[in-house]
Amino acid sequence: MSEVTLRSGPRSSRLRGYARAFGGLLLRDSRVLVREIVPFVLRTVMNPLLFVFVFAYVFPKIGQGFDGGAPDVSFATILVPGLVAVAVVFQGISAVALPLVNEFGRTREIEDRVMAPLPVGAVAVEKIVFGALQSVVAAAMVFPLVYLVPATDVSVNFDRWPLLLMVVVLSSLTAGALGLAVGTVVKPQQVPLIFSILVIPITFLGCVYYPWASLSTIRWLQFAVLVNPLVYMSEGLRTSLTPQLPHMPVAAFLGAITLSLALLSTLGVRAFLRRVRS
Amino acid sequence: MTPSIALIGLTKVYEAAGVRAVDGIDLEVGQGELFGLLGPNGAGKTTIVGMCTTRVLPTGGRVEVDGVDVVADPAGVRRRIGVVTQYNTLDRACTVAENIYYHCRFFGMSKASGRRRTDGLLEQFRLADRAEAMPDELSGGMAQRLQVARAIAHHPQVLFLDEPTAGLDPQSRIALWDIVADLRREGITVLLTTHYMEEAEQLCERVAIIDQGRILVCDTPASLVKGLNAGRVVLLALDSRDAGLLTRLGAIEGVTEVQPTDDGGVRLLAATANGRLLPQVVEAAQPNGVRDLAINDPSLETVFISLTGRDLRE
Repeated sequence: MSEVTLRSGPRSSRLRGYARAFGGLLLRDSRVLVREIVPFVLRTVMNPLLFVFVFAYVFPKIGQGFDGGAPDVSFATILVPGLVAVAVVFQGISAVALPLVNEFGRTREIEDRVMAPLPVGAVAVEKIVFGALQSVVAAAMVFPLVYLVPATDVSVNFDRWPLLLMVVVLSSLTAGALGLAVGTVVKPQQVPLIFSILVIPITFLGCVYYPWASLSTIRWLQFAVLVNPLVYMSEGLRTSLTPQLPHMPVAAFLGAITLSLALLSTLGVRAFLRRVRS
Repeated sequence: MTPSIALIGLTKVYEAAGVRAVDGIDLEVGQGELFGLLGPNGAGKTTIVGMCTTRVLPTGGRVEVDGVDVVADPAGVRRRIGVVTQYNTLDRACTVAENIYYHCRFFGMSKASGRRRTDGLLEQFRLADRAEAMPDELSGGMAQRLQVARAIAHHPQVLFLDEPTAGLDPQSRIALWDIVADLRREGITVLLTTHYMEEAEQLCERVAIIDQGRILVCDTPASLVKGLNAGRVVLLALDSRDAGLLTRLGAIEGVTEVQPTDDGGVRLLAATANGRLLPQVVEAAQPNGVRDLAINDPSLETVFISLTGRDLRE
């Protein structure tokens, strides 16, 4: 009897209210995304499209091909998981961090958003979740490009799809959390720096264009890049899509991505709370 | 009856800056009341509103809105209040109509009732013909109307307006006063902050005058002005000012207060404005070169000046 009262009591109606507010935030973000679908597509596909076009189509045609440490596999094959991982992380910055910097700074929209009837931390979590949704969509958009554009053979298989799904979802949430942390900490005038001191180093040192194992010849670098969450996302996708290439153990990248997610979301939500409450 | 807003020993100290922004405030605002916090910039008004609206955590004391504690159940309080901040916080990525519609959805309304409420408010706030415009295309007055419309979209019991007319042109200011007065008729409790004394005087049923984080007085505007015991305020612009002048003016019969003003002149409060007052004032001030003389009715601004010795204006 007491259980029944508890279930229908104020606690459950409160949670229902929170869920509705959370859903409302997602709805608003979806509306804005639909309205801005063209910029979304452009910012998502441009970089990977040009990258595979030049390195996996033009280069082989003009005889400048190179391999990424595995001689029997085309460079295009190495690129597939890497570029999908970059697309995932890049959404964290462009779909979460950049709008957030604006909402905190120029437009002060955040002051209204945190007036929604749910815990303030949940407003921050919604940013992560919606950013992750965009990352998943971005991954799905980039994959056919990097698969179809190259002039050389690309060998990818989907036998390990449950792992692939897990890696994509975890990586997307991590990218959203990274975006939240960056967007909350960075000031509007520092936005150009996001690219030069964060996005570019993360991408170039994220085992995107080469498997992590092939760094064994530069031992210090192989260890140094382990602080970069993109390394684990690239390796995770590599393990799922192109297991014929050398890759990290499954437990290693799943553990590391989960840890990054926990760290970045804690950091991001805390920083968010600090900024909206004084 | 539970008060709409209750502040109990409310205090906010910003440790880092070493500022006691709000210093032990006790205040009750009744249901359906239109209440004003009047004070100069930096008096602590926005911090008080911040604590009432769950944005600023009190250092001491507490706030209850409709009986709900703002620290214990912030989301519950947010459900009961509407907030218009000092700044334009409209959603720039959404249209005018969407600003209201998604606000309704945040507060749990269904698609259909959200649409109905949006249409109704656009009509009521004369924004219907701009429904599809983006917020950046609106004039200051329109943007402010939209902010108020959005704030009340979920039918809150209490509306907080922080400096709602700051930066508006006189016409938009009056239009907003009409809107606020209408809300009052709908039975919403309104707490507004302002540093415009006409605003507090014309709009509010009760006013608390705030300075340096404390409430100096709290009453109806009429009682506050009456409490001055002054029938007239005389402003003198002078070539020079000295202590002798202030003594001479203070000695005139009927003069209750003599205050030096920031621009080198003198302000006199006089209990009555009989025929002998002005000639005596002019005579007493003659040696200091009277450049101008103005006579006003006392106002809330006079109350503030007589309490603090300072001007209300920035």
